[in-house]
Amino acid sequence: MSAKETFTGGASVPASRLVSSLAPPIDRSCCVPLLALFGGAALWLVAGSVLAMIASIKFHAPDFLGDCPWLTYGRVQPAADNALLYGFCVPAALGVMLWIFARLSRTPLCLPFVAVAAANLWHLGVLIGLVGILTGDSTGFAWLEFPRGGSVLLFTAFLLIAICATATFGQRRERELYPSHWFLLAALLWFPWIYATGNLFLLAWPVRGVVQAAIDYWFANNLLFVWLGLTGLGAAFYFLPKLAGRPLQSHYLALFAFWTLILFGTWCGIPQGAPLPVWMPVLSAVAGSLTFVPVVVVFAITWKTSRGSGASSLECGGDAHVAAPVRSDCLAQDEATRASHSPDGNGASPSRCFVRFGLAAFMLSSLMLIAMACPQISRVTEFTWFGPAQTQLQLYGFFAMTMFGAIYYLLPRVVGFEWPFPKLTRAHFWISMLGILLLVVPLAIGGVVQGLKWVNPNVAVVDVSVATLPFLRVSTTGLLLILLGNLLFALNIFGLTLRWKLALLKKAIAIVKAPTATEGDTGSAFASLRRDKEVQS
Amino acid sequence: MKNGAAVSLAVFIALGLSWCGFVLAPARQLGGAKQTTVLNSSEIYPVGRPGEANQGLQVYRANGCAACHTEQVRQGGVRCDVVLASAGKNPVAVSNLVSTLKLNGLAKEDADAASDKIIAAGGKAEIHIVATGPDIARGWGMRQSIAEDYLYDYPVQPGSLRVGPDLMNVGGREPDMNWQLVHLYAPAAEVKGSTMPPYRYLFEVRKISGTGVSPVQTGETPVPQPSPDALVFPEGFGPAAGYEVVPKPEARELAAYLLSLRANVPLYSAPFTQ
Repeated sequence: MSAKETFTGGASVPASRLVSSLAPPIDRSCCVPLLALFGGAALWLVAGSVLAMIASIKFHAPDFLGDCPWLTYGRVQPAADNALLYGFCVPAALGVMLWIFARLSRTPLCLPFVAVAAANLWHLGVLIGLVGILTGDSTGFAWLEFPRGGSVLLFTAFLLIAICATATFGQRRERELYPSHWFLLAALLWFPWIYATGNLFLLAWPVRGVVQAAIDYWFANNLLFVWLGLTGLGAAFYFLPKLAGRPLQSHYLALFAFWTLILFGTWCGIPQGAPLPVWMPVLSAVAGSLTFVPVVVVFAITWKTSRGSGASSLECGGDAHVAAPVRSDCLAQDEATRASHSPDGNGASPSRCFVRFGLAAFMLSSLMLIAMACPQISRVTEFTWFGPAQTQLQLYGFFAMTMFGAIYYLLPRVVGFEWPFPKLTRAHFWISMLGILLLVVPLAIGGVVQGLKWVNPNVAVVDVSVATLPFLRVSTTGLLLILLGNLLFALNIFGLTLRWKLALLKKAIAIVKAPTATEGDTGSAFASLRRDKEVQS
Repeated sequence: MKNGAAVSLAVFIALGLSWCGFVLAPARQLGGAKQTTVLNSSEIYPVGRPGEANQGLQVYRANGCAACHTEQVRQGGVRCDVVLASAGKNPVAVSNLVSTLKLNGLAKEDADAASDKIIAAGGKAEIHIVATGPDIARGWGMRQSIAEDYLYDYPVQPGSLRVGPDLMNVGGREPDMNWQLVHLYAPAAEVKGSTMPPYRYLFEVRKISGTGVSPVQTGETPVPQPSPDALVFPEGFGPAAGYEVVPKPEARELAAYLLSLRANVPLYSAPFTQ
């Protein structure tokens, strides 16, 4: 494969003209489904971080909201985690996935109405699930807490989105698959399989005894590590070259990362102290050490692709025009959109920071996962805050940050308007980055401190709990910053949606007001729209 | 990979393998697990939890207790202690022998060897198996948790974070119902400095009513008696004078569940000497 055809095949000049005339309808076809998916996701993101704040404050004052059964720690904490994972991460990933599929296929999204219906079903499912957890209807299985009503809706909605994505994939005009295709297609198959397994064997026809725990460990690992890894890396491998202005280095490494991730990653996740037959944790420990391979490969890909892209890390804080001009050999179809929307690469720069930070967090969180799979380390870190630190870094640091980058990049192109508060995207990056550091670093250190105290039987139980409090209290600051960042994100999403709705309203009024006599003159409405667009750009 | 079929095949192989390994295999190995007998005894283990405790498991689930508590005891290993049971006919020789031998903290083979020596000298020795590890040293259990301990529970919630102590044997550690209830109502009343949030919504605070007729009809004005269900608090933690704290059914069930948590019998796969 030559370097020229690295991205969706040869991007020679005539092709780019062809594509640039196609790009707007492709983007526009995703508009309503993506707004539905991202709008709800932004809402759950904020709701989730509010819940996480409530849970965290209980470490400052155990009495806080103590008389309200809905808001007891054991309900709020899982609700916060589920809101982040099922409320934000998955629907955001589905939206980004649909768009990438349409873009890579060079065809408008198939069955957009199905996707809209699926988005609404999904968010309804999350609502039912979260209310279920808060009212005490949780299933009690980690990461599968949603009661049956919620999980059935989620499953159906996912299948509908998968149909939509597969149909778009089937319509593709470029037969050759891009690396993101492998990752995202695999993710489409992965989720229904693991989610069905979890729900059928744990809730519908529950297996007996400790096998429940085994299946739950397997499910959680396959969702949190493998599925999020597949989707996040698939998206990152699409955006990284685009934002760095260099082709992905290289497809072979990406293929290697793909295979090693799905072959080794899927065997991780059984804790070393689990009350299961010994072969299971041992197998997980071996798989954990092998998972080092895809992590190194992802590092190599990131390094080789970003290197020499002319963009220093300073750019994240700098002005928009510091951004290096994107080389034209990358993805020609974007040249057209970039020219019309953000001539100075304005939209690209925060996205690049988000995606790079996400990849770095992926590597770090995976290393933490590998460390916890090591029996010697796990003896100390198991059952401590080190585990939640790893999960948060994976969910928020890696996955949500990558999705923010993707959404900041793609949504203006899809909707046809700039972000209402473009400066806030940069602020969001810095606030969230600081927030995630303040959340994860104290939790990880506190976890090690706690673990060292737990293994020393002379330290009283209360003393262990008290020793972790300072770390937990610092992490509350991190959560507060994350909440703030999420609010900025939601503000931009809702602002953009509002803009889009206002434009629709204007268009509708224009059509209604247009003299019925000149029925053949519908072109005038389009002309005015086109003029609007020119003004926008 | 050239097309979607190749990707599907890759997923099928990778995920299928791990599904067989971590879903199918344990389900086959453990899904049909049956009761077993306690080591050196004919007692059956485990027996299902009594009804109220089983409902309490659902209270435990609904309130997410597993967010802060685990239900699994880890074990570092086992050590064997050789205990002299009888000095036999030649006590001097045996005691001389014993004073030269290392008897505590041995591996199985060394313990057997030491025991053989004592028997050869005419004494009687017993080998005691003791589980080791920080969890055991904390008194959280006599042995590690194994699959049999969870046989009748649904959902099984081994937990993943110890903000508070492990609860696998809490029923053995704190067997008093009133202690459990007071601890749920006001954790700091029983454990000084506890960071556990209170679960006051599982209780009812009510005025002590006069309906409690004093048992002896002496003709004096009846003094309002607290309900027999009311919690007995340590000094300084009770409700205001004239009030009592009565557990709602959920609280009683939860406490019954906590009291039923005792996985402390020796089993073939997790032996120890009682």
